[in-house]
Amino acid sequence: MTAADQTPGASLWRDAWRRLSRNRLAVASGVAFILVTLLCVVGPFVTSYTANHADLKSSYQPPSTNHWFGTDHLGRDLFVRTLSGGRISLAVGILATAVSLVIGVAWGSIAGYFGGRLDSVMMRFVDILYSLPFVIMVILLMVWFERNFLLLFAAIGLVEWLTMARIVRGQVVSLKNTEFVEAARALGYSRLRIIFRHLLPNVIGPVIIYATLTVPAVMLLEAVLSFLGLGVQAPMSSWGLLINEGAEKIDVYPWLLAFPAVFFSLTLFSLNFIGDGLRDALDPKSSKD
Amino acid sequence: MPLLEVDNLKTWFHTRDGVVRAVDGISFTLEKGQILGIVGESGSGKSVTVHSLMGLVPSPPGRLESGTAQFDGSDLLQSAQRELRTLRGKRIAMIFQDPMTSLNPYLRISEQLIEPLVIHEDASREAAMPRAIEMLEKVGIHDAAERVHSYPHEFSGGMRQRVMIAMALITNPEILIADEPTTALDVTVQAQILRLLKELQTDLGVSVIFITHDLGVVAEIADNIAVMFRGKIVEQGSVLSIFENPKHPYTKGLLACRPRLDSTFTILPTVADYLEIIETGDGETELLEKEPDLVQPEPEKKVVGENEESLLEVRDLSVHFPVHKSLWRGASESVKAVDGISFKIYKGHTLGLVGESGCGKTTTGRAILKLVEPTAGEIRFDRDYLQHLPPEAMLPYRKRMQIIFQDPYASLNARLTLEQTITEPMHVHGLAHSHAERRDRAVALLEEVGLEAAFLRRYPHEFSGGQRQRLCVARALALEPEFIVCDEAVSAMDVSVQAQVLNLLKELQSRRGLTYIFISHDLSVVKFMADTMAVMRAGKIVEHGESEAIYANPRDEYTQQLIEAIPRDSVESIRQRVG
Amino acid sequence: MGRYVVKRLLQAIPVLLVIATLTFFMVRLAPGGPFDEEKKVPKEIKERIEKHYGLDQPLWKQYLSYMGNLVQGDLGPSFKYAGWTVAELIGSSAPVSLMLGLLAMLIALSIGLPAGLIAALYKNSPVDYFAMSGAMIGICLPTFVMGPLLILGFSSGMGWFAPLGWYTWSDMVLPSLTLGLYYAAYVARLTRGGMLEVLSQDFIRTARAKGASERRVMLKHALKGGLLPVVAFIGPAFAGIISGSFIIETIFFIPGLGRFFVTSALNRDYTMVLGTVLFYALLIIVMNIIVDLVQAWLNPRTRLE
Repeated sequence: MTAADQTPGASLWRDAWRRLSRNRLAVASGVAFILVTLLCVVGPFVTSYTANHADLKSSYQPPSTNHWFGTDHLGRDLFVRTLSGGRISLAVGILATAVSLVIGVAWGSIAGYFGGRLDSVMMRFVDILYSLPFVIMVILLMVWFERNFLLLFAAIGLVEWLTMARIVRGQVVSLKNTEFVEAARALGYSRLRIIFRHLLPNVIGPVIIYATLTVPAVMLLEAVLSFLGLGVQAPMSSWGLLINEGAEKIDVYPWLLAFPAVFFSLTLFSLNFIGDGLRDALDPKSSKD
Repeated sequence: MPLLEVDNLKTWFHTRDGVVRAVDGISFTLEKGQILGIVGESGSGKSVTVHSLMGLVPSPPGRLESGTAQFDGSDLLQSAQRELRTLRGKRIAMIFQDPMTSLNPYLRISEQLIEPLVIHEDASREAAMPRAIEMLEKVGIHDAAERVHSYPHEFSGGMRQRVMIAMALITNPEILIADEPTTALDVTVQAQILRLLKELQTDLGVSVIFITHDLGVVAEIADNIAVMFRGKIVEQGSVLSIFENPKHPYTKGLLACRPRLDSTFTILPTVADYLEIIETGDGETELLEKEPDLVQPEPEKKVVGENEESLLEVRDLSVHFPVHKSLWRGASESVKAVDGISFKIYKGHTLGLVGESGCGKTTTGRAILKLVEPTAGEIRFDRDYLQHLPPEAMLPYRKRMQIIFQDPYASLNARLTLEQTITEPMHVHGLAHSHAERRDRAVALLEEVGLEAAFLRRYPHEFSGGQRQRLCVARALALEPEFIVCDEAVSAMDVSVQAQVLNLLKELQSRRGLTYIFISHDLSVVKFMADTMAVMRAGKIVEHGESEAIYANPRDEYTQQLIEAIPRDSVESIRQRVG
Repeated sequence: MGRYVVKRLLQAIPVLLVIATLTFFMVRLAPGGPFDEEKKVPKEIKERIEKHYGLDQPLWKQYLSYMGNLVQGDLGPSFKYAGWTVAELIGSSAPVSLMLGLLAMLIALSIGLPAGLIAALYKNSPVDYFAMSGAMIGICLPTFVMGPLLILGFSSGMGWFAPLGWYTWSDMVLPSLTLGLYYAAYVARLTRGGMLEVLSQDFIRTARAKGASERRVMLKHALKGGLLPVVAFIGPAFAGIISGSFIIETIFFIPGLGRFFVTSALNRDYTMVLGTVLFYALLIIVMNIIVDLVQAWLNPRTRLE
């Protein structure tokens, strides 16, 4: 054995990582996203203001050395509010996506693998839920159950899992009939082993891609709910809430909208570009060349 | 004056992982009215050659490094896309390998047929349509006037290829480039298409460049041959001289390694017997000729003992697939993939199952292993009947019966290392007691199939098709089975790799006493591998018996057709054809 | 084809009934009733009002009577807007939302399709990056940011359009544009993706080998297949536009159905909520049928019959 043979093989993940790291846009987006997240987590500890410290005498101040992002109508420091709002928005985005991921992957892989009647019933259920006007159902939920924060991201997660389930099912069905799965059956592997060791690792690619694209969709949904007054409630704040407050005063105090909007959009952009980059990295036959 | 003269063509691909010299300095000529066959295996550069001539090489990675291609006074390789477009489809036409994907599924055949006329002759649809219909009839499609308005998916593979030919010849081009046109077709359909091409060629006087990996096909159709290997032409000349008196070791190896109906080899010679390939670091390869050791070992005489019971017996096996009409009602019709077949196989023997696509041979193999549920009939393995066993009860038999699939790319889980792939079955069936013991067994298996132990840590996509198939063999052997179904196990391979894998399978059989069912559409391969043979058609067995006997004296008409359709590539038949 | 449509519509009926049932019970599960927040109404009067609307009956009786009315096409009276039936309210406001949606979709298609096609044609060129970045911006700017921005720019700023209302044609510009640009972004990305996918297939190579110009390859060969993902998107998207239109309607003060929905949800106006949900569900189903038909027209392989 020569020295070259000692090196472990290049798994597909490693190849994908290499491709991803050459995608400058995706890398830049990744860096941006990490920076924003770090800032939101750590930032509020750094400044001397707290998010809810109202100081009516300093209301509606433009950005200055005292208040880097200015203040809002209650004299609260916008910098701190933006960052702590970011914590909430990011948390909602990630947690709701996690909920939809777990439910969607489980549902889709069971329906896809077992096929037959079970598959038909499970996917018919998904189809019916799909016909429900979603945003409307979420609004209903939020209205009815008195704007519970936990319920918020459960509700959003419940909305997003449907597409995840469809994607996973589609992948599982197409993989189910490939020869390496048949080989696994011929070798006597149990169904559980086939699902977890052979099918799911090959399905994870599209799942990750879709998950990175779901997070921004969730954050947008939260922002829409805030618009209606159904999202996050004071004393907490989210980017959606801040943007809505700022949008009302856009012609007079533009910084109230600008800073949260920039953070929000930057995060959405980065996540979308990362998702695109992942898609290109994991499927080399896609649109780049 | 030759019609086309190519000189020192070099097309290289500049990828992130280095430069791939797909075509590395080739020269050839095409005379008027001639058929030039370009033969080579995958990676030889034969397709890239013709794509370069047509200007169809994707240009960021591919680049024309040098070369000229003189056609009618101008150099194709120096022409701009605009000029090439006036030639393509009008004076130089091309047909491709897979007619299903090469025809536009969203447009009707009529639209696609008249298109060359619309583009190049500015013809109106009314004027072009009768010519399209006429062309369709010429390529042998009946009821052309009605069928011309169909969509591609309404035609069979052979018919679609005929449509492609019609589309290419409708403008009466001077050169027709055919890139592996019959590779995706059944052998009887291939024979029809080859016949059609020959007729049209004499009829219209078009010159043809015919690309294929199949030496038999060029023997039937070509006047001259160029043999390509790794981007270079290693030998060219008239078809007779190449077959009668090959000079380059690669050509010799390629000619020798094909299983043939009239040969009685026990081990196939391989290209590696004639040629050693040395990679000298700078991308160049050096070829060293070797003296092949052509001594054939004594063929094993396989006898059946006095009262010996067959290891596997199948009786009246049927597999029907329901066609679902709707969600609510049950199945209303069924497809009879396998329709009542019976055979038996003795220990250590090989049964060959031959037939064209859709005949049910693959389904039979799967049904025996219960990967597909049989609808009726008996499957007896050793002393037990398998047909009614539920999946859980099949577990002990999985150790004794295994399968190797056709596509070595799809039959391996890309996320597992070779070690994981081979040791997982051992782990599941409890065949070894420790991780180290499993590893040792894996090493032994790899070496047995001709792979290096160091490969254990690598992943399937790092290997070639032939190596992956060897891995599949190793995986199948991991459970120490007695019986293996080889389902078109060599059909997706180049002929030189195929010879190696076939030799390996035979060697394993004799060393381990394995029993095989060898499924293939290729009669010559089956003759090499199988002791007894069954010919299948539409789910039934039409002829069954000892291979030698069937080949010598086929009784069923379909068997005769199959044998007839095999391209004739003996020196005598070539001499007869070219006169 | 007619039979297919009828068959699908018939299949939709059980779905609608299921949705009606689900929504009915969900709506009732919530705490509070439609007449709770009224200014201090004496208890007896409140009970009389509730009796008038049948709200004192046991729940299952209310359900049956609602369903009974439903299958006869009667959506009931609105609890909040006395004197109006749900059907009348929907009838007066739905056309506004539909109009808004239609205009937005037209804008989305007329900007998005060409943008995506051009981006695909000049892949990886500056035009491509420009178009796709623009699309990305469209996706990431929510409508309630875009709306005020546009008002700021074109209404208060340039004074071209009134910021509110839905009376004249010029009123319709900004709201449709706000909604339309957002969807244009998705259309552009999907078109580009779909076209690139098709362009990498074998039959495109055949077309080029026949001497077809790039324009011919794009328009005659690639377009049908390339549009499939866009078509698949448009159906649910149109229905989504309608259901999401309440944001726009709120920002621009448009009397559309979306606003009714939100207010009736907040007011616990049961019948109105149910009516709107059913309307939207029906709309989604109809859009799905249309989408399937268009897809079958584009792709001959999916034609079931």
